[in-house]
Amino acid sequence: MKLKCPECDGDIEVKEVIEGEIISCKDCGAELEASKDKNGNFELKVAESEGEDWGE
Amino acid sequence: MCPSLSLIYDRIRTEEKELINAAEKRGIYLRSIDAKDLHLTITDPSSEGDIFGDVALERCVSYFRGLHITAILESKGVRVINRYSVASLCGNKLLSSIMLAKCGIPTPKTVVAFTTEEAMRALEEMGYPAVIKPVFGSWGRLIAPLKDRETAQAIMEHREDMGNPLYQIYYLQEMVDRPPRDIRTVVVGDEIVASIYRYSAPDDWRTNIARGGRAEVCSLNERLREMILKAASAVGGGVLGVDAMETKSGEVIHEVNSTVEFKGAMSVSEVDIPGKIVEYALNLAKK
Repeated sequence: MKLKCPECDGDIEVKEVIEGEIISCKDCGAELEASKDKNGNFELKVAESEGEDWGE
Repeated sequence: MCPSLSLIYDRIRTEEKELINAAEKRGIYLRSIDAKDLHLTITDPSSEGDIFGDVALERCVSYFRGLHITAILESKGVRVINRYSVASLCGNKLLSSIMLAKCGIPTPKTVVAFTTEEAMRALEEMGYPAVIKPVFGSWGRLIAPLKDRETAQAIMEHREDMGNPLYQIYYLQEMVDRPPRDIRTVVVGDEIVASIYRYSAPDDWRTNIARGGRAEVCSLNERLREMILKAASAVGGGVLGVDAMETKSGEVIHEVNSTVEFKGAMSVSEVDIPGKIVEYALNLAKK
């Protein structure tokens, strides 16, 4: 499956992906999160960056 | 009817992926719910609870997000792993230390002050080196070794300039003389599932796997097993990561984590940790 990086518009080839998974864009290095659009198709959005309360 | 589970996440890490796989392998319906897509009506306890199934595994990487979702779900009658009371205790180092000490579990000496001046006085009494930790926080974030008075003063000044008032709660702990490792144990209910040594990364003093620490299987002695199970039960039980350090006078427990990361343990242990967690959730759902 080919998806677009929302940061640099580069093509990202993904094989098996699940919602919420983090993918790095090889072109620009952005951390992207796999999510589904209204039609149930996968898309990539910029992932949240580490917050002060992240962890265990 | 077969019980159903949900997994509430805000980021799918290895752990969440493995939990989803473990449920799938067992033919259990587990609904993955992105916490970032939720809005919940807190004034109507009878609504919205159904989508979370019989038991929800709260696995948010953002502590406060997960904690507040747990509170809401419990108000709607959903059983959550871990319970709000457990997550709120474990997420606050000060409350955890109080509870560990109250239950007679050996834990590093800890003193809390509320102003820089008093924190400096406390350090003079405790002696150097010591450690300062934020009461909330994980992955070793903002934990600093205080090797001498000058370092302590500098750290305190930085703390004073940090906007969050929680940084003005000065949680000071004795620096435990330990080997460059600690012991992480995954506890599921009343069972010890896996134990690992976490070695600090070569360029860090902290042992967190998130900081590049390395895992190795650890075989627990009977005394430590008992201590760990006691610590897990002291915070209210559930699926927990109990952290211990080895000292010359025996082991001490310094932390209990409520959204346990088990990637490190999974990489060296033969035990099916996610499977154990899913089965625990399933058993809770059947009760």
